[in-house]
Amino acid sequence: MSYTAIGERGYAAKITRNRIYELLREGRRIDGREPLEYRRITVKTGVVEKADGSAIVSLGSTKILTGVKVEVGSPYPDRPNEGVFTVNAELLPLASKSFEAGPPDERAVELSRVVDRCLRESHAIDLESLAIVKGEKVYMIYIDCYVLDYDGNYFDTSVLSAVAALMSGSLPKYRVADGKVEKVEGERIPIPLKTIPVSVTIGLIKDMLLVDPIPIEENVVDTSIIAGYTSDSVVAALQKNTPGFMPVDLLKKALEIGKLKSQELRGKLLESLGHALEKQ
Amino acid sequence: MVRLIDENGLRIDGRRPDQLRPIKMEAGVLEKSDGSAYIEVGGTRIYAAVFGPREVHPKHLELPDRAVLNCRYHMASFSVDERKPLGMTRREIELSKVLREALETVVFLEEFPRMMIDVFVEVVQADGGTRTAGITAASLALADAGIPMADMVAATAVGKVDGVIVLDINEAEDKYGQADMPVAMAPRLGSIVLLQLNGMMTTEEIEKGLDMAGNAIKHIQQLQIEALRRRYHIEAGGEEV
Repeated sequence: MSYTAIGERGYAAKITRNRIYELLREGRRIDGREPLEYRRITVKTGVVEKADGSAIVSLGSTKILTGVKVEVGSPYPDRPNEGVFTVNAELLPLASKSFEAGPPDERAVELSRVVDRCLRESHAIDLESLAIVKGEKVYMIYIDCYVLDYDGNYFDTSVLSAVAALMSGSLPKYRVADGKVEKVEGERIPIPLKTIPVSVTIGLIKDMLLVDPIPIEENVVDTSIIAGYTSDSVVAALQKNTPGFMPVDLLKKALEIGKLKSQELRGKLLESLGHALEKQ
Repeated sequence: MVRLIDENGLRIDGRRPDQLRPIKMEAGVLEKSDGSAYIEVGGTRIYAAVFGPREVHPKHLELPDRAVLNCRYHMASFSVDERKPLGMTRREIELSKVLREALETVVFLEEFPRMMIDVFVEVVQADGGTRTAGITAASLALADAGIPMADMVAATAVGKVDGVIVLDINEAEDKYGQADMPVAMAPRLGSIVLLQLNGMMTTEEIEKGLDMAGNAIKHIQQLQIEALRRRYHIEAGGEEV
């Protein structure tokens, strides 16, 4: 937050911004991509054996590790027949010069809450099937995302990473015997998912839109928005995460672009995940 | 399951889908701040206060080319049904960030290099729509403090309850409804400055909701302008505000 590189403020930033805008007008990006092109996705699963599910997902050189841990606990009193999940995200100091050690800053809190929103509001995890004894014992799923290497767009990468960890993970099996809950050793069941949420981050410079921004673009966009989509292309989460004006007509255009990109991204995730699971 | 829309198409509190709750606003309600405001939207009650432009504290945070804008959104422990623990929750940290970013968009920060403007939003009673009522009060307080802005931000939330797109959702509709989409706009510029969504809406429903919110926000800005007129005793139709 306190770290500022050359080109991030003042006239240097204005020059960079003009250059990025001119390139967008020509259908190009500063790193050679097209305006609506994502960087390459790679997925590695089962990277932490002690976790109940884990994945490292890279989007270009942004790299995020998600681990899933499962416990048995009590449900919330207002949702007695549902399992529980929580999402946490951390911007590790080894990932970027701009991240600092210590308690999560507002960026990390926002990231946690946006990833949570994408998973929760899309009803991705089938919480009703996570009750072991209704009203008493339920699965509690902890999803923790760690940004290992930061080269822009930690939102979309985190959602992909969390989904990959959940899809490649599993739950220990429990049975109820004599009113007691006991673990069935050696048996595991998949984590029940109802949809595959994917988020798309869209940046705006003047009248031009771009997806999957890298830091040099994040620093000069007028504003940006993250949209989370379900497998049925319904929007389940939105977050405008940068200051700046977002004209209504451009937002509408952005949401249509997001719909198409989310389908493409989900396809690529499933393909990479398939290969990763074969190797696991 | 709670039924949120009755057979006549009316909502749980008797409103039509496109109807706002009663809104009350007052500018200049706190003596010691440089600008302040109070707002009531239904059962939601919020104070906002502005200090500055003043010297930056701590000093190393100052910026050579513009002012620093700080914003704190906070809920009183007794503002909700179950007592909220003291201190900032993760929700409050996130909302402070999005509120600050929305206000930063309209305030002419470059007019006050090496200075700081503090905005405090205190929710004393929460009945749904606290971030949107909070930002409406905060920009009224900024105007009351005489801070130059491109536009006065106003906000409301649209939602989806029982499949119907509704305006200004209340606590029950937020809790049992299908979606909640807070929107803050600079109405005269036709631009969104804050946007979030919790819950499922199709892109068509979002477009409908944005149009609904846009109209309501224009009306809310009129209420802000009237509150400023009352505060500064300018006859309606008189000088430009």
